[in-house]
Amino acid sequence: MGDGYQETGRREMTGAEMVVQALKDNGVEHLFGYPGGAVLPIYDEIFQQEDVRHILVRHEQGAGHAAEGYARSTGKAGVMLVTSGPGATNAVTALQDALMDSIPLVCLTGQVPTTLIGSDAFQECDTVGITRPCTKHNWLVKDVDKLAGILHEAFHVATTGRPGPVVVDIPKDIQFAKGTYTPPQTAPRTSYNPRVQGDMEAIKAAVALMVQAKKPIIYSGGGVVNSGTEACHLLRELVELTDFPITSTLMGLGAYPASGKNWMGMLGMHGTFEANMAMHDCDVMVCIGARFDDRITGRLDAFSPHSRKIHIDIDPSSINKNVRVDVPIIGDVGRVLEDMVRLWRAAAAPDRRALRPWWDQIGQWKARDSLAFMANDDVIMPQYAIQRLYELTRDRDTYITTEVGQHQMWAAQHFGFEKPNHWMTSGGLGTMGYGLPAALGVQIAHPESLVVDIAGDASVLMTMQEMSAAVQHNAPIKIFILNNQYMGMVRQWQQLLHGNRLSHSYTEALPDFVKLAEAYGGHGIRCDKPGNLDDAIREMIEVDKPVIFDCRVANLANCFPMIPSGKAHNEMLLPDEASDEAVANAIDAKGRELV
Amino acid sequence: MNAQLQPTGSAYFIARETELPETHTLSVLVDNEPGVLARVIGLFSGRGYNIDSLTVSETEHERHRSRITIVTRGTPHVLEQIKHQLERIVPVHRVVDLSVVAHERGQERPLERELAMVKVAGAGDNRVEALRLADAFRAQVIDANTEHFIFEITGRVSKVEQFISIMKPLGLVEVCRTGVAAMNRGPEGM
Repeated sequence: MGDGYQETGRREMTGAEMVVQALKDNGVEHLFGYPGGAVLPIYDEIFQQEDVRHILVRHEQGAGHAAEGYARSTGKAGVMLVTSGPGATNAVTALQDALMDSIPLVCLTGQVPTTLIGSDAFQECDTVGITRPCTKHNWLVKDVDKLAGILHEAFHVATTGRPGPVVVDIPKDIQFAKGTYTPPQTAPRTSYNPRVQGDMEAIKAAVALMVQAKKPIIYSGGGVVNSGTEACHLLRELVELTDFPITSTLMGLGAYPASGKNWMGMLGMHGTFEANMAMHDCDVMVCIGARFDDRITGRLDAFSPHSRKIHIDIDPSSINKNVRVDVPIIGDVGRVLEDMVRLWRAAAAPDRRALRPWWDQIGQWKARDSLAFMANDDVIMPQYAIQRLYELTRDRDTYITTEVGQHQMWAAQHFGFEKPNHWMTSGGLGTMGYGLPAALGVQIAHPESLVVDIAGDASVLMTMQEMSAAVQHNAPIKIFILNNQYMGMVRQWQQLLHGNRLSHSYTEALPDFVKLAEAYGGHGIRCDKPGNLDDAIREMIEVDKPVIFDCRVANLANCFPMIPSGKAHNEMLLPDEASDEAVANAIDAKGRELV
Repeated sequence: MNAQLQPTGSAYFIARETELPETHTLSVLVDNEPGVLARVIGLFSGRGYNIDSLTVSETEHERHRSRITIVTRGTPHVLEQIKHQLERIVPVHRVVDLSVVAHERGQERPLERELAMVKVAGAGDNRVEALRLADAFRAQVIDANTEHFIFEITGRVSKVEQFISIMKPLGLVEVCRTGVAAMNRGPEGM
């Protein structure tokens, strides 16, 4: 049989060997995981080779977020390996996070032997049942001869179409069993054919609308980043050609550079005044790889009432889900933009002067300076801290991850993202604790780059244990904590909605973050004076090991501008209007029930 | 979308539906593999869609394909979402909204049939009346002794419903129904 096997790549091996071989054949260089009884045969194989590097984390959720950060910053699939039972259940948060943010994540789980499945065996759980709603697809492998095909298909499903997480559940006896390994093949199954090429008639209709537009806007999202660097180039080209103003969702930051002249900043609940006003008043909206999330639209019945809407998305179920659109285009953003740019060039270029009044209007909105904040010489304003961090790191290849809350919004507002794949944040699920392990994953993928987790003091404690993993793997991540001793966003909502009764949003017994860093073998820095901030940030950058930076910021600063609950894009609460009274009355009785 | 805001006591902007719900019948062609039905049902429960009836069986043995027929109720907007969400499931080959196809062809609805077994026990006049009505409904007797009949009835849902309700006062004991099987009229396949 030898020769035939050589030619086709088919070989006899154990299930555990197949797992490692399939990882290699799918181009995997790193995986994040945590061993346990039901995956020991796979760990034994990992031990005996050096092509695939395993990063040991401290909790399976950390493995998942690290793999997500790795995926988001490289455009490749992130891979995690965990054991059965608690290993699998601990991975669930990361799986759902990857599902909502469309991150390609391949999760391999061990399972009790097939003969014990259903017997409530030690560390048994119904992994495929538990993960079915939080994956794009999942498999329980019951036949070792099908293992290789399933693993290849798992990578294919995770990385194509709208990317997402997949789980392959591998019982321990399958890992020991011998079978035939088959190499990756193209077109594995007929029922899965994501559409990538947009309908040309629809693209023509879209360009026709865009040519006529007097008050156009481009609203782009994470789909552009997912589509790849070529799609980001095409987006920039389209903006350049059309001279349309552009805004982006949280997930899409960096696809168009923040220094670009048509950039209006992020839109949505904590987006800029100009972006939201332009969304409300536009006559043609071009939504590219975004999904009209409720944090973006505000009140739906008042959402951009006078515009014709074009929506480009690879997922047909995103079209007309929340907002009715006039021209849906189903396809890969990159492919569609390619056609769109070509058609625009072919069409008689409209007179750019026609957009002049619109740009003048946007200029007036911009002049409101909606991201302004009160400077302070005595305490560090959180916005100021982000601005300084940006200024002192902008000359480097800097990757930013975040946790979830006020610090996340300030980072999105005040850090200038110039490139795609350099901004990793939990948008859809809003997972506190995402940023630290995600930073670890990014650092493993980009060992020479600067990786900063802009964190909050509450979020960061949720996955703090991964500091230990960062130290072990010489990943010099920087944890930049905007420490206000509150769950700031929770408190902000309590102030807005619940009569300033700060129920359990104050963390009374925070650890000493400097000592904590040292306890883990990292480096700790504390700064509480604006005058010392620059030097402290430089120190953080220079230290070649994991750093926890305890940046003591104004405790009661809140995140503005803001679209209060039950309000529309043109009813924003701006920072200079956000007096205590205005905040207390921002949301009327009806809105209070909505948030 | 002139929907009005509806207080929910919860965290988001909820617009009240202004469209009226409709009942549609969907045909879903899937790979017959473990968990595929759970994926379909989980989608409906997870996203809050309704299932009025569901039938499933392998219809192409050599290709291991099953056909799932789902009767569901929702606004046109929700029905469109259901179709797209079903199409996202990896082992799903095709989703056809039979009701939409029927409408496009100028028909009121697709062909729909259901089979029910209806057990009726009793004596005397009731027993005679049950048999007489079964005959009128073209229901077959598939089991009987001196105390009971089991009828097999096939037809549109409304006919089955009517037969069951008529049997109630005549000694209805139990009912088992298959759910709706459906396809569109005409020579074309789905």
